[in-house]
Amino acid sequence: MKEDRSEMAAKDVELDPRSAAISEPLSSSSSSPAAFNAVVSAGNKSRSCKSSLPVTQPPCPGHVLENVLENVLQFLTCRRDRNAVSLVCRSWYRVEAQTRFEVFIGNCYSLSPSRLTRRFKGVRSLLLKGKPRFADFNLMPPDWGAQFAPWVAATAMAYPWLEKVNLKRMFVTDDDLALLAESFPGFKELILRCCEGFGTSGIALFANKCRQLKVLDLIESEVTDDEVDWISCFPEGETHLESLSFECVESPINFKALEGLVLRSPFLKKLRTSRFVSLEELHRLMVQASQLTSLGTGSFSPNDVPQGEQEPDYASAFRASKSIVCLSGFRELTPEYLPAISPVCANLTSLNLSYANISPDILKPIIRNCHNIRVFWALDSICDEGLQAVAATCKELRELRVFPSDPLEDSESPVSALGLQAISEGCRKLESILYFCQRMTNGAVIAMSENCPQLTVFRLCIMGRYRPDHVTGKPMDDGFGAIVKNCKKLTRLAVSGLLTDEAFSIIGEHGKLIRTLSVAFAGDSDMALRYILEGCPKLQKLEIRDCPFGDVGLRSGMHRYHNMRFVWMSYCRLTRGGCRDIAHALPSVVAEVFGSDVDDDDDNADYVETLYMYRSLDGARKDAPKFVTIL
Amino acid sequence: MMEELMKLKETELCLGLPGGVETVETPTKSGVGNKRGFSETVDFKLNLQSNKQGHVDLNVTVAHKEKTKDPAKPPAKAQVVGWPPVRNYRKSVMAHQKSSEVEEASSCGGGRGGTVAFVKVSMDGAPYLRKVDLKMYKSYKDLSDALAKMFSSFTMGSYGAQGMIDFMNESKVMDLLNSSEYVPSYEDKDGDWMLVGDVPWPMFVESCKRLRIMKGSEAIGLAPRAMEKCKNRS
Repeated sequence: MKEDRSEMAAKDVELDPRSAAISEPLSSSSSSPAAFNAVVSAGNKSRSCKSSLPVTQPPCPGHVLENVLENVLQFLTCRRDRNAVSLVCRSWYRVEAQTRFEVFIGNCYSLSPSRLTRRFKGVRSLLLKGKPRFADFNLMPPDWGAQFAPWVAATAMAYPWLEKVNLKRMFVTDDDLALLAESFPGFKELILRCCEGFGTSGIALFANKCRQLKVLDLIESEVTDDEVDWISCFPEGETHLESLSFECVESPINFKALEGLVLRSPFLKKLRTSRFVSLEELHRLMVQASQLTSLGTGSFSPNDVPQGEQEPDYASAFRASKSIVCLSGFRELTPEYLPAISPVCANLTSLNLSYANISPDILKPIIRNCHNIRVFWALDSICDEGLQAVAATCKELRELRVFPSDPLEDSESPVSALGLQAISEGCRKLESILYFCQRMTNGAVIAMSENCPQLTVFRLCIMGRYRPDHVTGKPMDDGFGAIVKNCKKLTRLAVSGLLTDEAFSIIGEHGKLIRTLSVAFAGDSDMALRYILEGCPKLQKLEIRDCPFGDVGLRSGMHRYHNMRFVWMSYCRLTRGGCRDIAHALPSVVAEVFGSDVDDDDDNADYVETLYMYRSLDGARKDAPKFVTIL
Repeated sequence: MMEELMKLKETELCLGLPGGVETVETPTKSGVGNKRGFSETVDFKLNLQSNKQGHVDLNVTVAHKEKTKDPAKPPAKAQVVGWPPVRNYRKSVMAHQKSSEVEEASSCGGGRGGTVAFVKVSMDGAPYLRKVDLKMYKSYKDLSDALAKMFSSFTMGSYGAQGMIDFMNESKVMDLLNSSEYVPSYEDKDGDWMLVGDVPWPMFVESCKRLRIMKGSEAIGLAPRAMEKCKNRS
C-alpha cells in the first residue's frame, strides 16, 4: 500500500510551452532541456542533503553565485520546481543538474541511460518505471522489454554513491541485482514493485553484499524460487534494516533465520512476511519486535497444533505492539483468529484485508474499532453490509479499494450501488476509490460525486461489459459526468459500463486536472476519443482497450502526443497506415505496434491489435523484440 | 417458475423473456454496429434495499441470465483476455487460496476420490512444511525420490548464519529414506501415526492425511502400534 501512495504522489512534470521558449539558448544537446524535464523529474520526497558536492574550481564572482544557488537548491525537492529552475538560464541549469539527487523517470524508454548520466552528475536515488499498466492484464506479450540492465550498467559507472533504486514493472535479473550490490557500497534502499526476471538467488546475493541496507521491499513481484535460503544470507551482526517486505516471495522461508534477523535489526519498523509464516511464527516475531509500525501478517493461520499444547496468546502480542499503524497480509486467514488484532484497531491508519475472503459478520466487530483508518483494502466478500459498517465508523477514510473475490465477468458480486452510496455518505473525506462490482447505478455515482468532493482518484470497474444503470437502463454517462463536474481535484479516472460519446464530451470538457484516464469497452465512435484529446488539458497517460476508436480519432490528438507520457490503445479500430502516418509526423514520439499472437505474421497485416505510443528523446529503442514493430 | 417469482415480495423483479419485450431501454446507435444486442439479453430491475441481509437474492438471476451478445466485436470467447482488470499477481494468490481449500477438504477426507490429495510433509529439524500431492506418484519409490529432492535442497552450508538450525546435507537425506536413520511416518484417517510402507500404495494414498519424516529413534515407538493395527485390519 505504501507503494501505491507514493505512486499517487509521484507526479510527472507538465511541459509548459512558455518555459520552453525561455530556455532555448541553453542546451548543447539536440533536445531542449524543457523536453528533458518533461521526461525526467526530481522526486518530491524531502531529503536532508548534508554535504554538497566538492567545489573543484577557485571561487570567482560567477561561481560564488553558483555556490549560493547550489546551497539554496538543495532544499528544493519538488520536481516541478526544479524543472522550472533549470530553465531560467545556463548557470541555473548547470547548478540544478548538480544538485538534483533524486530522479524520477516515468517511462524507461523515454530517454537513454547515457542521457541521464550526461546531465545529472550526483544522482543518489532513481525511480524508474517500465511497462505500461495494461501489461498487468496479459495485454502485452512477455519479453517486451523494460530491462533494468542498461540502467544499472550506466549508473554503476556514473553514480558510485547511488543509494536508492525504486523500480516498477521492470525486468530485473539476478545479474542486475548482483551488479547493483557490487557497484554501490553505500546502497540503502531497493524497492521492486510488479517486477520480474529475478529469483531468490539474486535476492540472497543482494542481501549478503549490501551492508548498509535499510530497505528491501519486494512488492507484487514475480520471484522465482531458486530454492535458496536467502533470509540466511543477510550479514551477521546488527543490521540497518528499517523495512523488509517479502509478501510476494512464493517459497518457504527459513523461520529461524528470519527470527534471528529480526532480533538483530533494532531499527526495523516495517516487516511484511509471506504466507509461509504461520500465525505461531508471527507471534514469535511480534514478541521480539514490538517496535514495528507496519506488519504484513503472513498467512494468519496456525499450523496444525498438536493436541495438548497451549496456543499462544495472539491478542496479547498485538496489545504489546503499541506502534502498529499498518496491517496487511492475512493470506490464508483462519477467520476465528482475526479478532486478535483488535487491540491495535484504534491506532490503525491502514488495513489491507484484500486477500482474505471474509464475510460481513467477521469484518464488523473489527472495523467497528477502526476509527482512524485512512486506507482500507478489502474483498467484495464483505458485501454491501460490510461497506456500510466501514461507512459508519471510518470517518477518516481517504482511500478505499474493493477487489472482486471472483474476478470473472459474469460472477455474482456481493457489492453494489448500495455499498458505494453508503461509503459516499459516511466517508466524506474520501480521496481515492477503486471499486469492482457487476453493476452500478448513476444515482450512487452521482451521490459520491456530491458527497466526496475531495476525490482525486475515481476508478469504478463495472465488470459486466456495457452494463447500463441497472435501475434506469440508461448509460452511465450521468454518473461519470457528475464525477468530473463535481470532483474538481480529480487527477485519475477509470470508467466502465455502458457509455456513449456524450460521456466523453463531458470528461473532455470538465476533466481539467485529469492526468490518467482508463477506458474500456466504451464510446460509440471516434468522437469520444476526439473529445478526450481535444479536452483534458493535463492528460498524460491514456489507456484504452476495446473501443470503437480509429485513425481519425487518433489523428485528433496529434498536437499533444509529444506532451504526454504515453497512449495505449488495444483492440480498437486502428490501422497500420493510420498509426504510421502519425509516427512519421511526430519525430519525438515512438509508436510501437504489436499483437498478442507473436507468431502471427501477415494475416490481416493492416489491423493493429495494440498501439503503444510514447515520447522519447532518443528515438526508437534498440532492444525491441521481433514481434514489436516500431513505425 | 414465474408464479414463484411474482410471489417474492421482498425482491421486485421485472423479467424479460429472451428475444422478447423487456424493460431496458436500448440505446440507439448510429451506424457503429450493433454492439449491445440488448434484445437478446434478459435484464432485471432489482430493488436492492429490500433484502434483509443487505444483499440481493440472486438465485433467480443465475438461472435466467444470458451474456451480452456482441456480434461485431472480435473474439467471441466467453471471457475476454485481461478483463476484468485484476492483476495476475492477485489472481494467482486467490487461485492458490481456492486450491488450498480443496487441499484441506481432500486431505481431511483422506482423498475422497478427489483429483488431488495434498498432504503436508514435515521433517524434524526443517523449519517449514511442504505439501505434496500424493496422486502425482505411483509408488512409494516415486514418493521417496520426490521427498529426497525436496528436503535435500535446503542445504545452504556456505551461507550459514549463526543460530541457524542445522540442515540435512544431501547425502544424509538420501540415507535417511534408505536406511533407518530417518523414517517417514504418516498420520492416517484414524489419527494414528504409522510407518510409511505398511499398506499397498493405493490404500496409503487414500488414508494418508499428513507425512512426517522423523528420527529413527522416535519411530521405534510406532512400529509395534503399526503392527498391531495391521493385525487388526487383516
